[in-house]
Amino acid sequence: MAQQLTAKEPTPEQIVDQKIYTQFGVSDEEFELICGFLGRKPNYTEIGVFSVMWSEHCSYKNSKPILKKFPITGPRVLMGPGEGAGIVDIGDNQAVVFKIESHNHPSAVEPYQGAATGVGGIIRDIFSMGARPVALLNSLRFGNLTNDRVKYLFENVVGGIAGYGNCIGIPTVAGEVMFDESYEGNPLVNAMCVGLIDHDKIQRGVAKGVGNPVFYVGPATGRDGIHGATFASVELSEESEEKRTAVQVGDPFMEKLVMEATLELIDSGIVLGIQDMGAAGLTCSSAEMASKAGNGLELYLDEVPQRETGMTPYEMMLSESQERMLFVVEPQHEEQAKEIFDRWGIICAKVGKVTDDGRLRLFHQGEEVADMPVTALVDECPVYNKPSSEPASFRESASIDTGAFEEITDLNGALEKVLASPTVASKEWVYNQYDYMVRTATAVRPGSDAAVVLVDGTRKALAMTTDCNGRYVHLDPEMGGRIAVAEAARNIVCSGAEPLAITDNLNFGNPEKPEIFWQLEKSADGMSEACVKLDTPVIGGNVSLYNENAKGAIYPTPVIGMVGLVHDTDHITTQGFKSEGDVIVLLGDTKAEFGGSELQYVLNGAPSGRPPVIDLDVEKQVQGAVLSAIQQGLVSSAHDLSEGGIAVALAESCMSGCKGANVSLSSELRPDHLLFSESQSRILLSAKPEQAEKLTALLREQGVQHAVIGTVTGSNLTINVNGKPAINAPVQQLEKVWKDAIPCLMK
Amino acid sequence: MKFAVLVFPGSNCDIDCYKAVEQTVGQSVDYVWHTTTDLSAYDCIIVPGGFSYGDYLRCGSIANFAPVMNEVHKAAEAGKYILGICNGFQILTESRLLPGALLRNNGMKFRCHQALLEVVNNETPFTNQYAQGEVIDIPIAHGEGSYYCDEATLEQLKANNQIVFRYVAGANPNGSVEDIAGICNKAGNVVGMMPHPERAVNSLLGSEDGKRMFTSILNAWREQHGAAING
Repeated sequence: MAQQLTAKEPTPEQIVDQKIYTQFGVSDEEFELICGFLGRKPNYTEIGVFSVMWSEHCSYKNSKPILKKFPITGPRVLMGPGEGAGIVDIGDNQAVVFKIESHNHPSAVEPYQGAATGVGGIIRDIFSMGARPVALLNSLRFGNLTNDRVKYLFENVVGGIAGYGNCIGIPTVAGEVMFDESYEGNPLVNAMCVGLIDHDKIQRGVAKGVGNPVFYVGPATGRDGIHGATFASVELSEESEEKRTAVQVGDPFMEKLVMEATLELIDSGIVLGIQDMGAAGLTCSSAEMASKAGNGLELYLDEVPQRETGMTPYEMMLSESQERMLFVVEPQHEEQAKEIFDRWGIICAKVGKVTDDGRLRLFHQGEEVADMPVTALVDECPVYNKPSSEPASFRESASIDTGAFEEITDLNGALEKVLASPTVASKEWVYNQYDYMVRTATAVRPGSDAAVVLVDGTRKALAMTTDCNGRYVHLDPEMGGRIAVAEAARNIVCSGAEPLAITDNLNFGNPEKPEIFWQLEKSADGMSEACVKLDTPVIGGNVSLYNENAKGAIYPTPVIGMVGLVHDTDHITTQGFKSEGDVIVLLGDTKAEFGGSELQYVLNGAPSGRPPVIDLDVEKQVQGAVLSAIQQGLVSSAHDLSEGGIAVALAESCMSGCKGANVSLSSELRPDHLLFSESQSRILLSAKPEQAEKLTALLREQGVQHAVIGTVTGSNLTINVNGKPAINAPVQQLEKVWKDAIPCLMK
Repeated sequence: MKFAVLVFPGSNCDIDCYKAVEQTVGQSVDYVWHTTTDLSAYDCIIVPGGFSYGDYLRCGSIANFAPVMNEVHKAAEAGKYILGICNGFQILTESRLLPGALLRNNGMKFRCHQALLEVVNNETPFTNQYAQGEVIDIPIAHGEGSYYCDEATLEQLKANNQIVFRYVAGANPNGSVEDIAGICNKAGNVVGMMPHPERAVNSLLGSEDGKRMFTSILNAWREQHGAAING
């Protein structure tokens, strides 16, 4: 194999002698395997290519045993995990395409570009399937907002998401932001994109047809993002700052052009296979496309558009320059493809061809510089079953009585404190920076349980949400995993939609630590159970491990991105109370459950004990009843009870609707327990007085525990417990506390 | 009546404008590419929002050099109706079809939300279906929407009744001079505005107050061409 002339590149012998491969995260055993596959020692380019393909980010070598647990099929699933994004049928020859992906490590060191390119990457995953992206969502975690570095990260992550999404013209319609010390130094930035497609336009990333040309489109390749995938597969450290060059720079304008041109190309019907260049850039896209077709690929690297002079094959193959795509057409369609990209002013270069030898061969300056078996790169990375062990603290925490705190008598004050807690507080400061209306289809905007986006030309709509309470998962991964899925579905149902499927983003610590691996296993078990019960298969997702910093691992945070189908726009429902005199009904049972709750956080600053218990049968029953009540037109507003319990849910329904409420609760629980407990499977409904009887009859019929608790009235939120006043506050005052909290902290 | 919606690289409200024309007045509407050198077939030209040319250099400044802009100038001189929305407004000020400039929002952040506007001038072809002084609910979504002009220009704007929309008192989202949200040229046939009327034509999406901008245009055109002509 030819050795590059650049003096800096180590020789194959030096790679072995100095164990240079270990710098790329390749173990001794893995290196032996690679030598076996090649029948010789790899050169610098080859070890670079292998190391990114065999990184956790690309190979899922540590998480595969976990991912196998998930249910991935269902009657509506058209494409499950494995391609750029999963696809679900929504009738009338239409389908919804969606996926979530993390950009945690880049955002920790370069928050604006890290977040921006996270958005750019997930959009490419959607349009490379042939789908028109119609909405963006995100799920963000930061440390406490009192810390200056956290404020900087928060401000710039939000700025990066806004900068990219606003410019490319895809509305950012929903998301969640939570704050907890656990994420200090290692924020989570998960971005999700949802697209629409007609069944016959669905594309796959395959290099079909031996002899066909392979095209590169998008901006020229530079030296940015080299080894980004490897960087994502190690823990953050003091040195991470120095790895800023592993963070890419985004250009949403360029991506807008590439997107429009690509969709036009796909629409023309001549594309045989197409894939975006995401993690591991040219390496991953070319190897995967060849692998999926069972073919080989030759790349002529002199033809790769280059932004800088003197780039080596190693640098070109490992660059993660943004907004690039790879596609295959038949030779007779070359000109047609080029014309489309010309019109959009996009570079389109023929950089290779499909071969039948099952090898990825790279040529540069007249020499062959790499020759590797495609299957070895894509399929033969060893899969590890990491040891798993239950931490001692887990057993001990079972005996903690989470309700055993001193009774709170100033319940007004407690409500205001919880409303001002950044996790609960209004996120207007965040979402007003996002263009959530462009494309004029956003029927339910950020700030409700789920966003709803209309499907043009039909009476259908899509509901979408992201959800996960990492504190629950931290306290009990299995229960927390169940709750994450159930709560996402509850949000979807409250918006008037039938839950369809999920995409998940597993954000965890270092899986080589047995206690972290145990968290992964258990939470996947819990998620899977809930997915099966609620008929929401996993159609794709992303794994982000090694989320640690000097203080240890983040809370395990398996973020759920869920999409639901609103069958008729008449069913669209929001959380705000609608009309004076409407009857308020509370569904579900309340127990004194405070493990991981917002009240516990406000009181103690740290979660302890066990999270609320969820019964998935009860959950399914409640969701089913609410959806049929909404579809029968019996419901004016619906809101799921989550952080902050009944008190916060009532306040939010009042604030969103600019209405007051008069509520009487009766219970054997302490008033503070009753108001702030986070017991699961509870939903707050309101109904017109003339519909209330029908609504309660339906709930009785379906065996759903419920109570009529009051009416929408006046301008105060008044709650009595067992006949005694508990909370009485002007809604305007609560709203001020709730809305001012984050802007005040960010001043 | 024929509408054109211009498309520059980076325009992203073009589809919304197209849909709004279809849904509100049901007239013929075409997307017109930035390289086009003939707009004579069109009665109304909409310059849509977005990030033309990535807003690199300065919002709207590169779009000003697109071949189609020569035609927009000709159309404006010929008395055709020209409506610039958001980035379209920025392009119209860059091309001097409208006076003044759009600066960074005073809060230095992009802002997206509903905004209440006062219709200051209801005598333009774009506002004849509104009452003077009427308050309408139209969303905004911009980072650089703070209208600025010098004193002399401001006096002229006022003298010629060129201020078309103002943000209602106390609710100026960007720090614009005298709460200006939209202006017109002296002749009144060219209007630029930061708020997005095309996003306010469907009650399911929050507001229908933008509908009458489009019906105003059709109404003006019919009056100009005689009521007998059917668009």
